[in-house]
Amino acid sequence: MTQTTTPQLVETDVRLRLFERMVILRRFEKRVYDLFLQGFVKGTSHLSIGQEAIAAGFGEAMRSDDWTFATYRGHAHTLSRGVDMAPVMAELMGRAGGLMAGKGGSMHLTSVEHGMMGSYAIVGAHLPIAVGAAFSAKYRKSGQVAVCFFGDGTTNIGAFHEALNFAAVYRLPVVFVCENNLYMEYTAIHDVTAVEHPAADRAAAYGLERIIVDGNDVSEMYRIAQARLTRARDGYGPSLIEALTYRHNGHSRADPGKYRPDAEVAAWMERDPIPAYRERLEREGVTTQALDAIEERVSIAVDRATESAKASPPPPAEAAYRDVWSDGGWQWRS
Amino acid sequence: MAELSYREAVYRALAQEMERDDRVVFLGEDVARAGGVFKATSGLLERFGPERVIDTPISEQAILGTLMGAAMTGLRPVAEIMYSDFFGVCWDIVANQMAKTRYMTNGQVSMPVVIRSGNGGGLRFGAQHSQSIENWAMAVPGLKVALPSTPHDLIGLFAAAVRDDDPVIFLESKSLYATKDEVVDGEIVEPLGRARVVRSGADATIVTIGAMVYRAKDAAERLSREFGIDCTVIDLRTLVPLDVTTVLSSVAATSRLFTVEENPQLCGWGAEVVSIVVDEGFYTLDGPPVRISTPHIPLPAAAELEDQVIPSVDRVVEIIMKRMD
Repeated sequence: MTQTTTPQLVETDVRLRLFERMVILRRFEKRVYDLFLQGFVKGTSHLSIGQEAIAAGFGEAMRSDDWTFATYRGHAHTLSRGVDMAPVMAELMGRAGGLMAGKGGSMHLTSVEHGMMGSYAIVGAHLPIAVGAAFSAKYRKSGQVAVCFFGDGTTNIGAFHEALNFAAVYRLPVVFVCENNLYMEYTAIHDVTAVEHPAADRAAAYGLERIIVDGNDVSEMYRIAQARLTRARDGYGPSLIEALTYRHNGHSRADPGKYRPDAEVAAWMERDPIPAYRERLEREGVTTQALDAIEERVSIAVDRATESAKASPPPPAEAAYRDVWSDGGWQWRS
Repeated sequence: MAELSYREAVYRALAQEMERDDRVVFLGEDVARAGGVFKATSGLLERFGPERVIDTPISEQAILGTLMGAAMTGLRPVAEIMYSDFFGVCWDIVANQMAKTRYMTNGQVSMPVVIRSGNGGGLRFGAQHSQSIENWAMAVPGLKVALPSTPHDLIGLFAAAVRDDDPVIFLESKSLYATKDEVVDGEIVEPLGRARVVRSGADATIVTIGAMVYRAKDAAERLSREFGIDCTVIDLRTLVPLDVTTVLSSVAATSRLFTVEENPQLCGWGAEVVSIVVDEGFYTLDGPPVRISTPHIPLPAAAELEDQVIPSVDRVVEIIMKRMD
């Protein structure tokens, strides 16, 4: 048997799944955008259009009992753990059939049975919480890994630094993934950050490797995810990955993102992860028909999820009073 | 039966629950090797080992985030926030995350965490190490709030808090650590949400909690001895759940209500108790309910000033005397 130093080509079925995951995330988010403009999706929504390769790569590489912790930009991370589109869509519409029966909304998607341990809407809060899950995995020797996704803006809040130090000190199995899309909300991250790479340039402060990857390359994301999950599982402690990417849309809702230079937007649109991967798969011998079939299947699934969500009624009034406490209710008197 | 200090009760409480359930872990600043800034947790590290008794950096968000993540994934962790004033730097994890996650996820997530913290004044530490923050905690839906006043209750309420699937803010009165009381042998569990009648009297009901229980009791004894006014003293023990039944039935018997609160006046827990009694027990009252609390000021450091503003036995006696006239 010969050893090779070049990376193994990812198996065809994995490559097709990576592609399909990205297509699911893209088409779902595009539909959410339409439904928001049509008034079906209320409140707010933060889309991951353009950033799909990160969620898809990790979703494919993670073990089914690993944990995801995401931000308010969490639709993609929820779907990439295998959660059905219909309950997610219904949740965004505030329907009874929603993933959390309409009680959480777009920014708090959670599906514990899929290892999706929550979407957190206070920047930075979920990093220490992911550390806690990793603490639990280590304490119980379960071999599970917590993966925590966050934006570049998070690297300037205290919880980021507390969590990294804590995870490094106790060598906890957690992978921190900074999705650096170059903008914290409406402000360029480099305008408000002392270093060029907001996550990677801070890694050394916690004794961690400086890792920067192309967040628009799904096969690179899949490989780095595999490598870092394995390392965490083997007891070598946390990793911090900075994945460079770009959101095609604005920060939230109908934000047109006018604060971004046209040339920059155009350059990143050229680097759209999905057409790039599709071309690559075709070059590697995957047939156009096979890829079209995936697109078609996903398209039908998104339509079905939309119809299912629209058909779901609003939550019953009593839902507002459920699950404040572990007894299922809301009473604070005894 | 053994005499135990409130400080020693902390050790016994933690040991009782850690012995019973290996999902209970304990973390905080200086809690393991140093045994805690109040020396309340000395010996735990030696008994339960470094995997379960953990010294942390000064990182309150990381401590409580770790607590939450561990609780969501099968542990029943306990943290110490050294002084309750420090909740100011980690309140997001408490109020936004721990308190709301069960609700927002439609019951998918359980949150069995206990946060112990030294609370209240009396030690001349000044405005950032002396606050009573029970009213902060009480104001957040999803948090339970316990303030034990005796070594027995500290052990019993702590046990109930650890076994509870909701987050419990467990406020120990710093000024009580040196106080002692008889404690029964064996396991102690006291349910959350049940007040204790400390003293029975027919003329007025004094509702209180935490370190103020002793001042209310001493005041009641003086009122009885010197002025013939006989008061019931109720130690609420927990603010959430709140034992409204015990308060209302006592007021129905005495017709007068006084609260003795260490927290600053505005939105103190007594306001909620008074509101409930006025709403639901109005026709049993013979006079206005009266709140006796720390005024709405930060706590001063100097002994003379601190003693002047936290409700004292003298002040409780004086106010009740005047208002019972």
